[in-house]
Amino acid sequence: MPSAAGMLAGLVLAPLLLGVTNRVKAWFAGRHGQPLLQPYRDIARLMRKGAVYSPTTTWVFRAGPLVSVAAGIVALVLLPLGGSRALMTFSGDFMLLFYLLGTARFFVVLAALDTGSAFEGMGASREVAFSALAEPALLLAMAALVRATGTRSLSGAMGKVWSDVWVPSMPVAVLVASALAVVLLAENARIPFDDPNTHLELTMIHEVMVLDHSGPDFGLVLYGSALKGWIFAGLLAGVLVPVRTGNPWLDGAVTVAGIFAVAVGVGVVESSMARLRLIRVPQLLVGAGVMAALAVLLVR
Amino acid sequence: MGWEIDPILVALVLVNLLLLGASRLASCVRLVAVQGVLLGVLALLVQVGWSPWRAVLLAGGSVLLKGIVFPRLLWKALRGAEIRREMEPYVGYTLSVLLGLGMLGLTVWVGGRLRLPVPAASHLLVPVALFTMLTGLFLIIARKKAITQVLGYLVLENGIVTFGIALSHEAPLSVELGVLLDVFVAVLVMGIIIHNIREDFDHIDADRLVSLKD
Amino acid sequence: MLLLILVLPTVAGLAAFLVRGDRVRRGLLVGTAFGHLALVAGAWVRLPAPAWGGWLDLDAVGLLFLSVTSLLFAVASTYAVGYLEREGHHAHRDFEEGRVFSDAPEARFVGCLLFFLASMSLVTITQHLGLLWVAVEATALASAPLISFHRHHRSLEATWKYLLICSVGIALALLGTFFVGVAAARPGGESASMLLSDLMAEAAVLQPGWLRAGFILLLVGYGTKMGLAPLHTWLPDAHAEAPSVASALLSGALLNCAFVGILRGQQLLGAAGLAPFGRGLLVVLGLVSMTFGAVFVIRQADFKRLLAYSSVEHMGIMALGVGLGGAATFGALLHAVNHSVAKGMLFLVAGNLLAAYRTKSTAIVRGATRALPVSGVLWLVGLFAITGSPPFGTFFSEFSILKGALDAGRWWVAAAYLGLLGAVFAGMGRIMVRMAQGEPGEGVAVEPHEAWSAVMAPAVLLALALLLGLWVPRGLAELLGAAGQLVGGGPWRV
Repeated sequence: MPSAAGMLAGLVLAPLLLGVTNRVKAWFAGRHGQPLLQPYRDIARLMRKGAVYSPTTTWVFRAGPLVSVAAGIVALVLLPLGGSRALMTFSGDFMLLFYLLGTARFFVVLAALDTGSAFEGMGASREVAFSALAEPALLLAMAALVRATGTRSLSGAMGKVWSDVWVPSMPVAVLVASALAVVLLAENARIPFDDPNTHLELTMIHEVMVLDHSGPDFGLVLYGSALKGWIFAGLLAGVLVPVRTGNPWLDGAVTVAGIFAVAVGVGVVESSMARLRLIRVPQLLVGAGVMAALAVLLVR
Repeated sequence: MGWEIDPILVALVLVNLLLLGASRLASCVRLVAVQGVLLGVLALLVQVGWSPWRAVLLAGGSVLLKGIVFPRLLWKALRGAEIRREMEPYVGYTLSVLLGLGMLGLTVWVGGRLRLPVPAASHLLVPVALFTMLTGLFLIIARKKAITQVLGYLVLENGIVTFGIALSHEAPLSVELGVLLDVFVAVLVMGIIIHNIREDFDHIDADRLVSLKD
Repeated sequence: MLLLILVLPTVAGLAAFLVRGDRVRRGLLVGTAFGHLALVAGAWVRLPAPAWGGWLDLDAVGLLFLSVTSLLFAVASTYAVGYLEREGHHAHRDFEEGRVFSDAPEARFVGCLLFFLASMSLVTITQHLGLLWVAVEATALASAPLISFHRHHRSLEATWKYLLICSVGIALALLGTFFVGVAAARPGGESASMLLSDLMAEAAVLQPGWLRAGFILLLVGYGTKMGLAPLHTWLPDAHAEAPSVASALLSGALLNCAFVGILRGQQLLGAAGLAPFGRGLLVVLGLVSMTFGAVFVIRQADFKRLLAYSSVEHMGIMALGVGLGGAATFGALLHAVNHSVAKGMLFLVAGNLLAAYRTKSTAIVRGATRALPVSGVLWLVGLFAITGSPPFGTFFSEFSILKGALDAGRWWVAAAYLGLLGAVFAGMGRIMVRMAQGEPGEGVAVEPHEAWSAVMAPAVLLALALLLGLWVPRGLAELLGAAGQLVGGGPWRV
């Protein structure tokens, strides 16, 4: 029961994360900002609109957003909320989770390339390059957790985060959390990797890939990226908020609060940093990978 | 006992990795200063149990010398120089960091196999000491600017002192003080030479000091 | 009394920085040098009592190297006075690049010379491995400003290489010292003493793995300082660019002090029953050093670098001698004395040649015996002294090492040794004889009557080299025998 409620929370609350982050950024800028529920209104509005398809595109272009949302929903099935177990869990389920996210990204990239436009191709190549560097960091962070807790299932590892990671070796937990935070920012196209508010196509990475989607497709794209954000935030909050009371409802609720705290944190980071120069991005991602590798080495 | 010095040891490892990846000379000097301070705190935590005065003296001396005096000396040596970055080292920065990670793995493996007669305060102490030494040697070999080589020497010395802390029962106070003094004078003399080199040659690229050969 | 041997040069060094007036300073230098020599002579008459709870104590090895150091320093100081007078305080024109350069302040030179003497004395006097390390590092730091006395490009480059390479080497030696400490630690957690006497007393319980690793690091670290190939890369530059007085002391005294560090390591190994391990390494390094020396001596273009590579070769000979054990160890220690005397003399004469010919090129210098009669003859005779010809002392010591090799049945080592010695003799001989003969070119400052201060010091050293070849005083022979036994060699026989 708590697992189903957790998945439902993910499905419903994911766009709220976007709203929270935008509100935090507005507050930093001294504005009142959008209403918190604005992303829902945006998605609803887009669903009512008609879509325009370029004659150069094929079924791949239409499939991109669909696969992205579908993969996100399936990934939610596997995501534990802190101490609360996921709906489905088995040994090695984290690999499936990462591959689902990878599939989503793959299809978005394919859709972008399908348009035949230069801007989308540029965004696709950048996105893939950064993901190639971010994925080892993510896998190494997961490897550190697996090694520390001794279980290969995501829910099991998350469940023992307090007892097996924080208590014996706090530095390992801090390093894993740092690596996950950097990967979160990279995969969700946030500053310092990508500016979601820019209107200059040459500086975009993620936004430019979905430039040609319109109407319901774009609505699905927005929802898909919200789900992706929820998943990564869920992983980070699971490590960063190690409250394990044993009561799955309580643990889940606390982790959801942690997820929102992560969204606030993302807003703070976006408001206080400038975007990195493109050649510095690989260095930061390698740094995250090194931190994760360090965590793996340090686990006793 | 291990859990309270582990964060400091991990911080030392991170400082080493950052040093391997830093190209701005100002950052390098600051990182080595931070490393010196961390080392002083580490010495304090390890030795305070059985010799408080000695621990405080050494830690204070280390923090003062390495955290304050050395950076100032090295900046004096560079005064007026326009060099702010190490531009083209022999081994590129990202590769250096990855090699550093490899070295860390190696030292963790070696450290696990070394059997110390007196068990060290933490199972990470010997690997971190060896890793710091290797980082220092790497910086000396792979960088071109003379000042980065001095920093590499300091890091090497830091690594050896960390090893000494692991075996602090064996090294008496006067020797540790002597080591500190020697490092101080070494850095002083090196700083003076760098200053002279910069004035005379207009650069501090050690790889361009090649007029003497057979 | 032991403390006085250390305190005298240290205080004098500090005073040299404060004193104004060149004559007073130079007088201070010579006075301290001869005072130090007198104290050391007193130590011969009666061995002084240990000081600092056993941390300072003169044993046979220490007394031997202390005497050589003190003697060489005293003689060199008389040369230094004349040298500093001739240098003056004006700017000079660089011989090789034609630029104008100035010298470092004379106070710094004299002060560092005295600190150098103090730190070298400490190396030989101390019985504590940690203090030994501190002293060796101090010698490196005290000698660096000496190398860059002439403030020009090449000397700065040489000083930088010297400082960096030797500091890294010495840092490794520190690690080796720690490893030896670990070898001596007892599981109960008591702190082990790093005094040689204590370590040797409980040698049987030293952990062999740590002791071996520690020795390797000590060998690499102090070997860098000693100039053993392939760690010698700083040596030709530093010894060639330093002023001749400093070169003489660097080659004749400093390399020996680094050797003391290695000898202490070998002492420990011998006491722990691991002597063959150390000996094997020393033989290999000795032969490699001799090879490097021989290769770079042939067709060498710079006569000071020629002498520097010769030093590398002789350090190899000394390492080889200790590595062979038995009578060869005695030979190696005697060779330390002979080499210091002969090499010191050659460097001082090289200084005279450089001043007169204004070039270090072996292709240009000709007719030294005509341009500078005394120095030229000293140069020519010095060739024979340094390459081991009878009747000089070096012949005796090199022969002892050969005999040790043959006695131990190591035919290949003996053959390589003889071959390399021959190669060095051929290489050096060709260059140095050509420099001495012929006609000096134009522009050479011919001095039929050379300055008294410039020739007296090398002449005295040459006389000593000759004397040691003809007759080894009984006291010295006994000291050498005792030192040889300390290092693990057998008793010496002719």
